[in-house]
Amino acid sequence: MSDIITGPAFVVADNIDTDQIIPAQHLSHVPTVEADYRKLGSFALSGLPEGAYPTRLVPAGQEVGLYPIIIGGRNFGCGSSREHAPIALGAAGVKVIIAEGFARIFFRNAIATGEVYPLETAERLCEQIATGDELTVDLTAGTIARTDGSASWSFHPLGDARDVIAAGGLFAYARKTGLVAHRSTP
Amino acid sequence: MALTLTEKLLARAAGKASVAPGETTMTNVDVLMTHDVCGPGTIGVFQREFGSDARVWNPDRVVIIPDHYIFTCDQRSQRNVDLLRTFANEQGIQNFYDVIDDPQGTWTFDAAAGHGAKQFGSRFAGVCHSALAEKGHTWPGEVLIGTDSHTCTAGAFGQFATGVGNTDAAFVLGTGKILLRVPESMLFVLEGSLRDGVMAKDVILHLIGLVDVHGATYRAMEFAGNGIASLTMEDRMTIANMGVEAGAKNAVFPADQMTCNFVEAAGQAGGTTRDYVCLAADTDAAYISHHEIDLADLEPVVAQPPDPANVAPVSDCADVKLDRAYIGSCTGGKDTDFDAFARIVRGRSVAIDTFGVAATPSVMAHLKEATLDGKSLWDILIEAGVIMSANPGCAACLGGPTDTFGRMNEPLTCISTTNRNFPGRMGHLEGRIYLASPATAAASALAGKIADPRDYLQ
Repeated sequence: MSDIITGPAFVVADNIDTDQIIPAQHLSHVPTVEADYRKLGSFALSGLPEGAYPTRLVPAGQEVGLYPIIIGGRNFGCGSSREHAPIALGAAGVKVIIAEGFARIFFRNAIATGEVYPLETAERLCEQIATGDELTVDLTAGTIARTDGSASWSFHPLGDARDVIAAGGLFAYARKTGLVAHRSTP
Repeated sequence: MALTLTEKLLARAAGKASVAPGETTMTNVDVLMTHDVCGPGTIGVFQREFGSDARVWNPDRVVIIPDHYIFTCDQRSQRNVDLLRTFANEQGIQNFYDVIDDPQGTWTFDAAAGHGAKQFGSRFAGVCHSALAEKGHTWPGEVLIGTDSHTCTAGAFGQFATGVGNTDAAFVLGTGKILLRVPESMLFVLEGSLRDGVMAKDVILHLIGLVDVHGATYRAMEFAGNGIASLTMEDRMTIANMGVEAGAKNAVFPADQMTCNFVEAAGQAGGTTRDYVCLAADTDAAYISHHEIDLADLEPVVAQPPDPANVAPVSDCADVKLDRAYIGSCTGGKDTDFDAFARIVRGRSVAIDTFGVAATPSVMAHLKEATLDGKSLWDILIEAGVIMSANPGCAACLGGPTDTFGRMNEPLTCISTTNRNFPGRMGHLEGRIYLASPATAAASALAGKIADPRDYLQ
């Protein structure tokens, strides 16, 4: 994955739980089945109430959305342990989620799957940025900036987790670094 | 160095004398549990990463419990139960609590017979967190990893138990190990005992309200104090179950004689008897926070939408009109949950649609066998107008496919004994869910609005 991620942001509020990220009725899709994986992308964030979120992450009938960057508030990804949540977001084309904080299991799943970078900021960006605003995230510099240069913020370093995500997840990283052996069969 | 209970448990599982918060340790796992929603994906990652002919690290320590989307016509859900069966057969996993009895069969829900007809076989065990305990898979001193956030329930038995995703679970399947960061511990000292009409659910909702919905994120919630002795094992399970609703990595009670009696009886019944160790925190262990709660001070509460920390006394919500009541789930569908519910609705009629789902077949048997004034709990519920499913499971706690029993397919307001009330949790995105104890849910079902169970005790 590139060090620079640029594109429009999709902005949500506090406590976006896993049912809002991927509603439970879609959990019968198995992420390791290719067709199911793509379908999960089409449902990403479809559990957001339509009244509060008239703009949807993924347009109806599409599998991939227009927003590589999600801006959240506190406790993003709370709720269930479903790995479908970061996977659905990744399948929908999301590369990075920037929030004031993440629920533990979601954070761990984001890294283990290598689907999205979960970045924490001290500032409450969900009240400064609106859906559709163009942003540039620089993973090396540790910055989030408006693409027109009018404002920028920093995020907390991800540490080793960045390398795990860049490698493509826990197993890819473990093989690359010799922590686990190569597959016994193709 | 003085250790908290969680630190003791993780040090033991890492083969170390001591661990400190923030330290990352390669932890030996005693039991891995998965279910129909995350099992197929976990198996997919396991086979992709370790090879299609790979063997699990220990088939006797893998427990597979289909429970989430079972009694539905959804084709993919039925396929998922069959995927679990194939894997259990290939790997020689005995602890597979199948929906059907035929190991070569396929699972099909009979929609014509419906939710009122029993549709499960002799091995089916119901909701995984209750089933793990009933079948003898929860042991003091052990580490339990599950592909479900409410795996923390088993902390009730003096063990470290936490939920993970498919990829981490697949790593455990292949290696028996997981990399864990040792959490800081929050101490909750419980004193006294609950007053009549106040339940374990009120305790944990009160605590989530106190620390907030992310107040325990990355942390352990450890319980202590003389008040624990007054709580049944089911009470402790109800409390530990919802630790994750405050963000906790795990929630843990020290094991006492009641714990030992429970796990030994379950182990004997399930054929899983093994040596275990009851660990205790050191008296001078360091905690990041310290709360003292006199259980006698607590009163019935509800968690209002949109999250489990939005807690208020029932007396503040007396004007909230309801469309529906629901009793069920791992946190609210156990023996004692139905005991409390039946005690209140006995001889009365519910005023709103009220759905009931036993957590497990064992709870179902309890409903048929236990009596109040010579009448079975099952008959009391039916006569009060409660619509009971004949099939235990997770049901509408998490919505599920649209034909799931009790699912909110319209924007209703529901009082529920389940554990989450985020938007859309029980089905409809605009549904409003009030979380409450079984006693409060029963009183509210009778009143058609949120009501104080202490006004309905009999």
